Amino acid sequence: MDDQDILKLSGITKSFPGVLALSDVDFTLKTGEIHALMGENGAGKSTLIKVFTGVYKRDAGEIVYEGNRIEVHSPLHAQEMGISTVYQEVNLVHNLSVAENLFLGRQPMKSGRIAWKTINKAAVEILDQFDLHIDVRENLGNYPVAIQQMVAIARALELNSKILILDEPTSSLNIEEVEKLFEQMRRLKKEGQAIIFITHFIDQAFQISDRITVLRNGTYIGTYQTEAITKIDLISKLLGREYEKLVQVEAKKLEEEEKAAQEDAYIRTEQLGKRGSIEPFDIKVHKGEVVGCAGLLGSGRTELANLLFGIDSPDRGTVYIEGKAVKIANPRKAMKHGIALSPEDRKEQGIVQDMTVRENIILALQVRKGWFRNLSSKEQKEIADRYIKMLDIKTPSTEQVMKNLSGGNQQKVIIARWLASNPQFLILDEPTRGIDVGAKTEMQKLVVDLSKQNLAVLFISSEIEEISRCSNKVLVLHDREVVQTLYSEDINEQSIMHAIAERHAEDTDVE
Amino acid sequence: MSNKEMGAQTGEVRQAGARNINPVVWSALSLAVILLFNLIFTRGFFSITIKEGHLFGSLIDILKRASPTLLIALGMTLVIATKGIDISVGSVAAIAGSVAALVVRGGDITYLQETIHATVPLFPVFAFALLAAALCGLFNGFLVSFIGIQPIVATLILMITGRGVAVLLTGGYVLNFDHARFEFVGTGYLLGLPFPLILAVGVFVIVFGLTKLTPLGLLIQATGGNTTASRYSGVNTRVVQMLVYLISGLCSGIAGIIITSDVRSADANYMGLWLELNAILAVVIGGTAMTGGRFKLFGTIFGALIIQSLITTILTRGVQVQFTLIVKSLVVIFVILIQSERTREFFAKSRRKITSTG
Repeated sequence: MDDQDILKLSGITKSFPGVLALSDVDFTLKTGEIHALMGENGAGKSTLIKVFTGVYKRDAGEIVYEGNRIEVHSPLHAQEMGISTVYQEVNLVHNLSVAENLFLGRQPMKSGRIAWKTINKAAVEILDQFDLHIDVRENLGNYPVAIQQMVAIARALELNSKILILDEPTSSLNIEEVEKLFEQMRRLKKEGQAIIFITHFIDQAFQISDRITVLRNGTYIGTYQTEAITKIDLISKLLGREYEKLVQVEAKKLEEEEKAAQEDAYIRTEQLGKRGSIEPFDIKVHKGEVVGCAGLLGSGRTELANLLFGIDSPDRGTVYIEGKAVKIANPRKAMKHGIALSPEDRKEQGIVQDMTVRENIILALQVRKGWFRNLSSKEQKEIADRYIKMLDIKTPSTEQVMKNLSGGNQQKVIIARWLASNPQFLILDEPTRGIDVGAKTEMQKLVVDLSKQNLAVLFISSEIEEISRCSNKVLVLHDREVVQTLYSEDINEQSIMHAIAERHAEDTDVE
Repeated sequence: MSNKEMGAQTGEVRQAGARNINPVVWSALSLAVILLFNLIFTRGFFSITIKEGHLFGSLIDILKRASPTLLIALGMTLVIATKGIDISVGSVAAIAGSVAALVVRGGDITYLQETIHATVPLFPVFAFALLAAALCGLFNGFLVSFIGIQPIVATLILMITGRGVAVLLTGGYVLNFDHARFEFVGTGYLLGLPFPLILAVGVFVIVFGLTKLTPLGLLIQATGGNTTASRYSGVNTRVVQMLVYLISGLCSGIAGIIITSDVRSADANYMGLWLELNAILAVVIGGTAMTGGRFKLFGTIFGALIIQSLITTILTRGVQVQFTLIVKSLVVIFVILIQSERTREFFAKSRRKITSTG
């Protein structure tokens, strides 16, 4: 073991009922190091953190901290040992002042009372180190997230942390705020602080970290010196496909065909966009076509879908349905135009857990029919039965409560809900996430089948392999912008990965 | 398969069976227990006599007195099903009752020693009272759905100011009156049954019909079960919320009219006071969860009847007045406990332990 290693995890394994969340994962952290922990959704980053900060109990593996094997019993215990975590959602008290938050639970007392003067003065001094000159008596909640985050970090350090864990600290910060945070991280590093930086922003990992550890699907892929790995390599590690240096793949220009096709595209957008959400984009989806939408986490995939379905309203650009300009102000309007969205977050945005499969299936159809045309329970049952059969949904009956179904079957119910309402354009945002392999293949087959039934389909996924297999056309997103469109024979995993990576290379790279 | 395994298996099945029993059944059973208690210990509790073509007796009395609570609890059930709550119902009842009394008296709010003998036509009495109640409901709905205030805070506003408005309307006096046809609403009998009961049953049929014959029931459940997912499915959750608070307002209005008619006066300070708590209790005892989603209108009937039976039982048993509230709350805790899954699981487990060791 290296003398500098402050933390060494080896063979960490953790499973939840039915899921192996971490399998034999190693991780080391040195003093005075910023170590980026990376991986796509569900890779096991948070699980790993939670295992060694005492939130979860591990099934196997060993934690060596400052040279001793340890057991961490609870988050409080972790903190007492000097392991502090600053979560994405700042876990401080919004209704208390900045100073109170800094000293919460260890307020200096003076003759039986809290010594406010001392607290406020000390708070100012602490924040001075962070170059933060704010009124410490003001409620924390009145400051922007960036400052709250800084306060959270200051508090963590005041607790004599030896290891500071920053969980996606930059996801709600703008560029200048990120730069400020990085400045502080560099300063702390110089002072010998060990920092774990969890992020999904590749550029930021390259900007600030010394080493990068990649997890994928709960397994340990490797730890790399940041200067020794290229972005392209890193992306292929994250996504799990070896990237081969290819000759530049030029998207084929199908101008003539495209012009002809433009006439009967079911939906088309012209410079549709929303500031701070997604840059203006043009997209065209024809009936009978699957348009894939690829990009890394945070690249703007979901934002694009939300604009098309009226969850978000655009601040520029136009949507055309069958050539006519329309306004999509809310999901109901979108439904009137034949648009349907199976959302990314199945549990929060998709299913109503306590309703039956039948009720979940007929919901959108009933909404379309309006208040005065009620589906009788017989009709409801018939419709539910039809789609249960058609999509092969595994449920004992139409009256089963939704939460008892597996993830894959819940996803099918949501698709059934939309098919029952007879849409023309179906947006599927990550329909295969979190479902097992068999169900995944079924879902991919379904996507293709639906397009064959003359539906226009937008298929969003973080798995490049399934996008390349199912799509007739692929939009590649990067950094909230549609950066490339790939057509028929040019679509393969390499070309998509190349399109993502190339943009990364352009951003900073000067090799 | 060994005997032990068999035992464990049937235990599983029994436990699962217990868990699937509809909470409405539990509330019906609780009501039966209270009635059974009276059958054994209260003499004449079940006797029903006919006087002048009307039915009389403790049971009839319970049904009549439960009517205002039941009416309000019906509206409350729908509100709670959308994950909301309406604590302004008592004040809305007071407003509606005051408006009704005011119209009966022809707008006269001066305090009079003698009772006014009024002969105003009934239609405007109901129309104005219900209009006031409907406006109250819409106000609540607006605050919750469009402004986005938490339901308990939004309706707290009307709970407090509503009573103030009612006092303002009545000029702070107890408005008494004498109006034979209006009094029928609270004290009359139809087909031998108390009219408030018939009114409550009528409203129940309408509300039940609305939730079954229109999409309202489905949309309420969806909105309460998962508001975000409902919006993503095109449900106009704001309209749904407006509607349930409107219905709750109207139900409270009818209850207010009944109360006013029953006592032949409107006392804005006390009319419908604490009614919201009884109504919420009735909903919860009836098996509708405060967390929203599924709702049990039939359960609410049992809930309202349980509460009224309790009150009547306590009174007829001669429990000293200072203990009545405590006895009432003990029974309520008991009813809620037997409905809870965890309690039943606990008992199922201990039963299995006993069978396996014995």
